Parts: sequence; structure tokens; C-alpha cells
Amino acid sequence: MLQAFGSLITQLLHVALILAVAPVLVGVVRWLKARLMGRRGPHLLQPWRDILKLLRKRPVMAETASVVSQATPYLALGATALAAALIPSFAQGMLLAPLADLVLIGGLLALARVCLALNGHDAGTPFGGMGAAREMTFAVFAEPALLVCVMVLAVLAGGSNLDAIAATLREGAVGLRISLLFAALSLIAVMLAENARIPVDNPATHLELTMVHEAMLLEASGRHLAVWEMQAALKLTLWFALLAAIFIPFGTAPAGGGPLAWGIGLALWIVKMGVLALGLAFFESAIAKMRVFRVPDFLGGALLLAVLAAALIFFSMGLA
Amino acid sequence: MLTLLGLAFLALLVLAVLGGTGRAPRIAFLGCAVAMGAMGLVGASALLGGEVPPTPLPFGPPWAPALVAVDALSAWFLLILALVGVPASLFAAASSPPPRAEGAAFPLFLAGMAAALVAADGFSMLLGFEVMSLASWGLIAARHPRGPGRRTAGLYLGFALFSGLCLIAGFALLAPAGLGFAAIRATPPEGWQAGAVLVFVLLGAGSKAGLVPFHVWLPRAHPAAATPVSALMSGAMVKVALYVMLRMLLDLAGPAQPLWWGLPLVAVGGATALLGALRANLEQDIKAALACSTLENMGLMAVGLGLALLFRGADLRPLAALALAAVLLHALNHAGFKALLFLCAGAVVGLAGSRDPDRLGGLIHRMPWVAGCAMFGAASAAALPPFSGFASEWLLLQSLIQGFRVAEMSVQLVAAAALAVTGMAVGLAAAAMVRFVGLVFLGRPRTPMAAGAQDATGLMRASLLIPAVASALLAVLAAPMLSLAGGAIQVLLGPNARPAVAGFDLALGELGTRYAPWAVAGLLALAVTILVFAVRRRSKLEAVHAPAWDCGFMAPPPHLPFGDPLSQVSAAGLGQPIRRSLGGVALVIHERHGAAAPGSAQPATLRVTAEDRGVAQLLRPLARARRRLSREAEGLRNLTLRAYLGIAFGTLLGLLSLVAWLERG
Amino acid sequence: MTFGQLPYDMAHVLGGGMLLVSFVLLYQRRTAALVNALALQGTLLAAAAVWQGYVQGAPQLYVTGMIALAAKGIAIPVFLHRLMRRRMPDRAIEPARGIGLSMLGGVMLVALAILVVLPVTTGAQALARENLAIALSIVLLGMLTMLTRRSALGQVAGLMTLENGLVLAAVGVTGMPLVIELSTAGLVLVIIVIAGFFARLLQERFDSLDTDMLHPHRGEGP
Repeated sequence: MLQAFGSLITQLLHVALILAVAPVLVGVVRWLKARLMGRRGPHLLQPWRDILKLLRKRPVMAETASVVSQATPYLALGATALAAALIPSFAQGMLLAPLADLVLIGGLLALARVCLALNGHDAGTPFGGMGAAREMTFAVFAEPALLVCVMVLAVLAGGSNLDAIAATLREGAVGLRISLLFAALSLIAVMLAENARIPVDNPATHLELTMVHEAMLLEASGRHLAVWEMQAALKLTLWFALLAAIFIPFGTAPAGGGPLAWGIGLALWIVKMGVLALGLAFFESAIAKMRVFRVPDFLGGALLLAVLAAALIFFSMGLA
Repeated sequence: MLTLLGLAFLALLVLAVLGGTGRAPRIAFLGCAVAMGAMGLVGASALLGGEVPPTPLPFGPPWAPALVAVDALSAWFLLILALVGVPASLFAAASSPPPRAEGAAFPLFLAGMAAALVAADGFSMLLGFEVMSLASWGLIAARHPRGPGRRTAGLYLGFALFSGLCLIAGFALLAPAGLGFAAIRATPPEGWQAGAVLVFVLLGAGSKAGLVPFHVWLPRAHPAAATPVSALMSGAMVKVALYVMLRMLLDLAGPAQPLWWGLPLVAVGGATALLGALRANLEQDIKAALACSTLENMGLMAVGLGLALLFRGADLRPLAALALAAVLLHALNHAGFKALLFLCAGAVVGLAGSRDPDRLGGLIHRMPWVAGCAMFGAASAAALPPFSGFASEWLLLQSLIQGFRVAEMSVQLVAAAALAVTGMAVGLAAAAMVRFVGLVFLGRPRTPMAAGAQDATGLMRASLLIPAVASALLAVLAAPMLSLAGGAIQVLLGPNARPAVAGFDLALGELGTRYAPWAVAGLLALAVTILVFAVRRRSKLEAVHAPAWDCGFMAPPPHLPFGDPLSQVSAAGLGQPIRRSLGGVALVIHERHGAAAPGSAQPATLRVTAEDRGVAQLLRPLARARRRLSREAEGLRNLTLRAYLGIAFGTLLGLLSLVAWLERG
Repeated sequence: MTFGQLPYDMAHVLGGGMLLVSFVLLYQRRTAALVNALALQGTLLAAAAVWQGYVQGAPQLYVTGMIALAAKGIAIPVFLHRLMRRRMPDRAIEPARGIGLSMLGGVMLVALAILVVLPVTTGAQALARENLAIALSIVLLGMLTMLTRRSALGQVAGLMTLENGLVLAAVGVTGMPLVIELSTAGLVLVIIVIAGFFARLLQERFDSLDTDMLHPHRGEGP
């Protein structure tokens, strides 16, 4: 009973936490990047302020836009939020943990991506269509990379349930495995592409020809833009949480652990997210954006790295 | 049930005669819909327990009566046939009257497919298969008395004959004791004969299903026919080929076949899926793009079938059942959403007047019903949760992921590679569906014709809604549907096999990996509702419409009321990133850059021609070989009498030694 | 020894890291990054040799490690960097095509190596088997690099990878004699090739092997 109650409470707290943290995380990454470049940087809550301001504004839609422009933001954010709700943050064994299948999470992200691409098409402007085509092309390489990484993890945990995988890796019985390192690198590359970060896309760009993610949102305004901004922030948080849950799963609290254990888990989770944000800021400051037609090479490399990880893990299984 | 089945067949034959007279085409097609409904009823009742045991008919080939039976596997595929047949027939009834030949061939096509599914002996199955092939050829040829369409029909006929011949050879090897399925099961093939059966089935049924390298005809033939026929060919006919593969490889060839049987199917299926999904992103014709997406889905099913064979060979029955469940469920889902998409495309072609996406656009404003149905179908085809395609592709991906449980290292590597290729194909399919919807229904109209299109009404709208509603039900009720397929899985894997179902969830046995479509759909609806509520509470201003900002593009001149078509992305432009990064895998691409002369104001041009590798590397060499052969044959006319005698003598000797070799055992 | 035990895990990670760097060598087009990757691989090899020396209790492997670190981790990369900077300022990017295809080939080679090593070494120690598989993969990847790269630097990179793979195989086998000699011999080979590369570079630039031709260019900054 306590267990069931705890799982419900942790689930609700988790959803509230991740929704509240998402824009702050974007603010943290922006601030860190600004500091690394010698600027003072905006306030950490600036993304939240932007979103709230956008919500107050009247949306202006293109004359050619249809109901798609109005519906897709909510659907995309809903799908992303559902995916985020499945990925453990401070506690494991939450209410939805049995549903937390990595293939499903990939599917929900694909749903959000397709919504975004359709939104890009809706106004019938050149940049929107171009951005949509590029986004879907990148996904062609990113999705199989994610799936093969899931296979690597499933070899260790027996299945593709995220909670089971995190539990297996937390116990530490798998040891230091190079295949996990390869899978982590591959997932990081996928994360960069999915979140439109450098070197795949530039989140701060204002040059239409080079952008992908922003190009699809050019015609969005008001609350629609606010929802899209929230979706992007939530997606970044989701990916960080996913990487943390798989590769640094230590210190999460059991769902029935009570407030103290949850508090420790929360503190550790915030530290993990901070480390990942710092890593991303360093990486983005150190590296240049690549040409669009070089991106398939980059993501194809990620896919092959994942396949290599799978080959190595089969090999170590064959040794045992 | 047998009576109902017989009545449905009889009705189809009568309707064929009626259709041939050209009178009352609407009634004929409505009758087809009813007959298809009856077939579906037979299938459903057989799945619920009312199977029809093998029954001899009063007629048949000279050596034995023809047998019919409806076991769970046949019933499942009858359901698939009905799911496509009913809406396609209704759509045909709602369209303008077809040529008389088409009216006659349409019911025959349906009857042929149903006959192949309910046959319980090799002869009847092949007969049904051939009727299906020839009738569908007639349906293509009836629309194209000359021109490139006629050549397509000829190509299709060639492949149909080839597949028929291969299947005859396959049955000849399977059935030394008799053509009845029971007799074949009693004497499963062994050794080289079993291998030969695999090859012939792969060639025969595989070429009908569009598997690489015999896929070249499919993206040409399917769109060449009238829309309801395209829907039937893409949604149902390829499934009949899949049924033949399942029946011959898993059921008739016996359970004792080795593990490596799955490998060619996995390899060929992966290649087909990748190639089909790639081409779906590059086609300049919406129906051809949908046909290519059929290739992709058939490839996925072939991968699943191969995996089932692999797992069975490795003695991992539960996983074999998982892979097979993926195949069967995907066959049903694909029938639903592909029928829906083809009929939507047909509605677009009929009401907006073009198949070229560069002449369409913005149809969501004028045709909300068609657009809504098409977007629903596209979401299913793109394998997005919680739509129907995702459930079956989830099963397929899970069975690929579980491929590591086979102890052979090489099989594990194959599974990982197949997973990568399948994932790529799924991603490409999503891209193709976004392209389809984006070009046809979103954005601005590209021609006045598209700007003035009317929405589908009456019967046509009903024919779109039937598969749409069926797909929606399949999406949420995937697990109960799959437990209905339990009987079919037992036919193929033995009485202990269970589909991967736990209550209303799809679940992998005790592994704890599950997908609950109802929960995902419900949670998604809940999340979206809460979001809309929360956002609208803070943001109360209604949206207004204004000219697109469009990064400061010039406003179009007044003579272009729908905006400058050049400032909207085109079909080729949308496919460009994929063509540049992966196009070479499927196509031989030639690019010609035409730079204008210095000083001239002409724009530079880029002309891209692409040709399927199958055409370049299979059909061309075949055609060359045929020409060379005919030249050689011409040369034979100038031989001397002695040479003629020598040829005859040599043939005789060859035949004699063949007899000696065959009789040596 | 298996996963979760430090001796195994460290060797596993070092060997895997070398394998990863081999893929970087296949993928990378910028020459400076190529040289850095070579240095990293040399350093990893040195660490692997030292670790094996510690695990096997074989002090001669420390010498091998030191040689590898000094030559491959430091000296050769520094030399190549200087050469690049002084002689080829315009060739920061190497015209390599078909990167995706060569990567795909690389993964297939690794799979092949694994499939070969696994049945051949049945009964041997798990660590040695894995080490051998990784070493064979690195050797094959080195050959692939030599095949796919056109430039002289690419050839050097491929050869050094190949040689690194051989040394890795040698240090992984317990009680292997002549490891120092082997690594030294390999090193000499690499240096000879680099000398040849240098000579060819001179010829490309000045149509002569005469080093006197270099004198007028002395002091020319990058």
C-alpha cells in the first residue's frame, strides 16, 4: 500500500519537477555558455519569463495556416511530457515505470518530431518546408542509433524497460564496459541532433539557411511559440534525464523510500543534470557547427558506433 | 459458414458477369462490398472458433477433388482481405463507371484472392493465385490500352508468370504424396529439396510481395491501376503473397527446418524495407510513393517472418511467436492504413485533379475530411504511438532486440544489423509520410485546380471512414486483436505457442517489457487536455490571421493569388536531403548541371534523373540477354542439316541422362 | 577474470579506447585532429602495456609502454604537427570521400575479427581472447585506413594503427617473448615510413629531394 502510494506521489512530483526544471535547464546551459565566452549571461529564469510573456501575447498565424498550426504544439508537448514522465529522475519505480519502454519513448519523441515537421509545412513557406525535410532526414539516422543502443542495454538487462535497465546498471555487476561507453557516445550524438544543438544545428542562430529547428517555428507566435519553446526545453531535459538514468543511475531513491530518500535522490539528480549541462556548454563552446550535408556522416557514425557496441557486447557474452 | 463462403464466391462470379455487361456498375461494386463483408464474417467467425475443416468440393482437377478449409491462418487473412475489400469496393461504387473489362475483372480479382486464402490443396491455391494475378493484370491493362501504362502491364504480367512458375515448382517439390495440405504436412521435405522449396517460395511469393530484387514492377504497377484496385493490390494482394510464404515455409515445410532458413528472409526483407522507404521519399507521384511505402512494409513483414524462422530453428518458441505476432498484426494494420491512404490519394486525384504533388497543396482547407483521414493513415504508417502501425512495429522491433538470445554470434550480429536497417526504414517511412501530408494537404495550393477542389461526400466519404475507424480501433485494441490471432500462430508454431499478449497490453512474457496502447492513448489525451486547459487559462486572446512573415520574402504579384509557387518547397526539394545522403543506396542517380552562358539571363538548371537499381541491374541485363538469345536463335536458322540433327541428338542424350540420374535412387 | 574485476575492466576499456580511436582515424578529415588521434592512440597503447605489465607482473612491458609513450604518444605526433604546420599550411583538410562507406566497412571488419577470434581461441583466458579480438580489429582497421586514405599522412596513420594493433596483441599474451624488440622494430618501420613521407612531401613541394632547396624558406612562419 505504502509502495503504491509512494509510486503515485513520486510520479506526480516527478512530472511537476521536470516541467518546472525544463526551462531553467535551458537557462543554465545558456548562462554557462555565456560565462565560458566571457559574457555575463542572462538570468537563469529568463526562459521561464520568455514563455510567460509569450503566453500573454496574441498569436498571429499565417493566412495559409490551418488547424494543424494550432493543434500540433499541444500534441507535441503532450507527447514529450508523456515521454518525460516515463524517465525516472529522483526516484525509481514510479507509477508509470511498467510503461517506461525505451522503444515507446523513441516513438513518442518521433510523434513530437512529426508534429514539429507538419507545423513547418503548414504555412507553406520555404524555410519551414526545408527545415522539416532536414529534421526528418536527421531522424533517419538518429532513430536506428537509438534502437541499437536500446539493444545493447537490453542485452544487459534482458528487456528494453528503462526502469529494469537502470536497476541493472545501478547494481554495478556489469562492470566497466567499453560497449557501454560506445553506446553512451552514440546516444550523446543522437541527443545533440534531437535537441538541435551544435554541431548539428545552432540553437542561437538567426540565419535562416543554416537552421533546422527554428526554421520550422518561424511562423509560430504567441502561445503557440510558448508551447514550442517549452517543448524544446522539455526535450533537452528529457534527454539529460535519460542519459543520467542509464549511465549514471546511482543514488535514485526507491518510490516507497519516503521524503528523506527522495530529497537525497533529488539533490543527486540536480548535480547530475548540472554536470551534463556543463559538459554540453563546454562541448558547444569548443566545437563549430558542421555543414548540413556532413550531418548524416556524423549521425551515421553514431549509428555505426552503436552497432559496434552491440558487436562488442555480443562478443563479451560469447566469452562468458 | 461454408454455405456463406460458397454464396460469397458465387455472388462474386455473378457480379463478374454483371460487371462485364457494363450495366449498373454501382450495384455491381456494392455487391462486391457485400460479398467482401461476408468473407470477413467467415473469417471472424472462424477466428472465434467456427473453423471450417477441409471439405472436398464436387469439382476440381482430374486427379482429386479441390479442397477448401478455413483454419485460423486463412481466417486472419480473410479478415485482412475484407478490411481492404469493403472500402475499396465502396470507393469503386462512388467513382465514375469504369471500362467494362474492369467491371468484370474486379470481382474476379477479389474471388481469386479469397480462393487462394481458403484453398486447402496446392492446386486450388495456385489456381486462386493465378486468377488473382491475371485479373489484376487485366485491371491494369483495361486502363491503359497503349503507352507506358501498357508496358507496365506487360512487365507486371511477366513477373506474375514468373512467380506462378516458381510456386508450381515449389509445390512439385513439396508434394510427392499428393497436393492436399494434410498429405504435404505428413511428408515434410528434407535436405536439398527443402532448400529448393525455400528458394522457389522466395522467388515466387517473394516476387509477388515485391521483395528485392524483384520489386521493380510494384511501384509501377500498383499506381497504374484505378484507385480501388491500387488499394487492393497494395493492401491485400501482397498479403496473399505473404500468406503463401507463411503457409508454405512455416506450415507445410514442417517444423524441423534449420535456423539458417530465416537469414535470407531477414536480409531480403531488410533490403526491401530500406529501399522502399527510401523511394517513397523520392517519388514524384503520390500513388507511387504509397506503393513504395508498401514495399517498405512488406520488407518489415519479411524480416519478421525470417526472425520467426530463426527463432524456431534456435528452439526459442516464445520469441518465434513474438515475431510471428508482429508479422500478422502488421499485415492487418498495414491493410487498414494503406487502404485508407490509397483511397485518400484516389479522392485527391479524382477531386483535385492530379497525382503530382507539385500540382497539389493546401487541400486541408478545401477537403477537411479527406485530409483528416489521410493524416490519420499517415500517422499510422509512420509508426507513431498510439496509432495502429506502432503496435505492430513495436512487436517487430522488440523481436529484433531479443535477437541477442540466439546463441549464435553471427545471428546476433545479423539481428543488430537488421535492427539498424529496420530502424532506418521506420525513420524513412515517417519522413515519407510527412512529405506526403505536407505536400498534398498543407501549405498553399500550387494550382487553381487544387485551390478549387471539393471535399469527398456521401459514399466516398464513407469508404474513407471505414478503414479510418478500423485503424483507430486496431490502434487501441491491438492486444485483444492479437489474441484473436492466437489460433493462426498455433497453426504455424504448434499448439503451445501463445501470442505476446497480457490483458489489454502487448507484453513479452515474463520479461516485463510491455506496451499498453490504451494507456498511452489515454495518457496522451489527458496530457493534451490538461495542457490546452492550462495554456488557455493564461492566454485568452484569440489567434488572428495575417500574411505569412516568411523571413521577408517579397509579397507575390497580384496575378499569383495563391502566392509564388517558387517560394514553397517542392516535391523534389523535400526529398533532396534524403536523396543526397542515402539516395545512392536505392537508385542510380544522374545529375546534369546546366550553367547558363556568361552574360545570359537564363537561370542555371539542375536536372536529376534517377533509376531504380533493380531496373539497372536486373531488368536491363535480362533484356540484353533476351536480345542476345534471340540473335543466337536467329543464327540457328542458317545451320546445316547435320548440325540440326546434332542438336536433336544432343537434346535426346541430355534427356536420357536426366532420366537415368533421377531414377538412380 | 571477468567483468566487474578491475584488471579485466581496465584492459578492456584501454583496448576498446584504442579501437574507438581507430574509428576516429577513419572518420576524421582534419589533419591536425588526425595527428592528435594518433597521439591519443599511442598513449592508450602505452597505458595498456603498462597495465598488462602490472597485471602479468612482467616488468619488460613497462619498457614497451615507455617506448610507446615517448615515441608514439609524444615524439612522432609533435614532429608531424610541426611538419604539417611548416610545410602544408594549405592542407588542413584532407580530401577523403566515402567516409560513411569506410566506417561501415570498419564495423564489418570488427565483426569479422570477432567471428574469427571467438571460435579459434576456445579455452583460452577471456582477457586474452578479447585482447586478441580487439588487436586484430585494430590491425584490420589500420589496413582499411591505408586503403581509403590517399594522402601520405593517411598512410602513416594507417600504418601506425596497424603497428599499434600488433603491439597490443603482443602485450596481451602472457609470457610473450621479445615484446620490446617487436615494438622497437615496429617503431623503426614507422619512422622509416615517416621519413619516406617527408621525402615525398619535399618532392611534391620542390620537385627535388635536395634539402638545400629548403634553405631559402628557412624562417618562413606558418
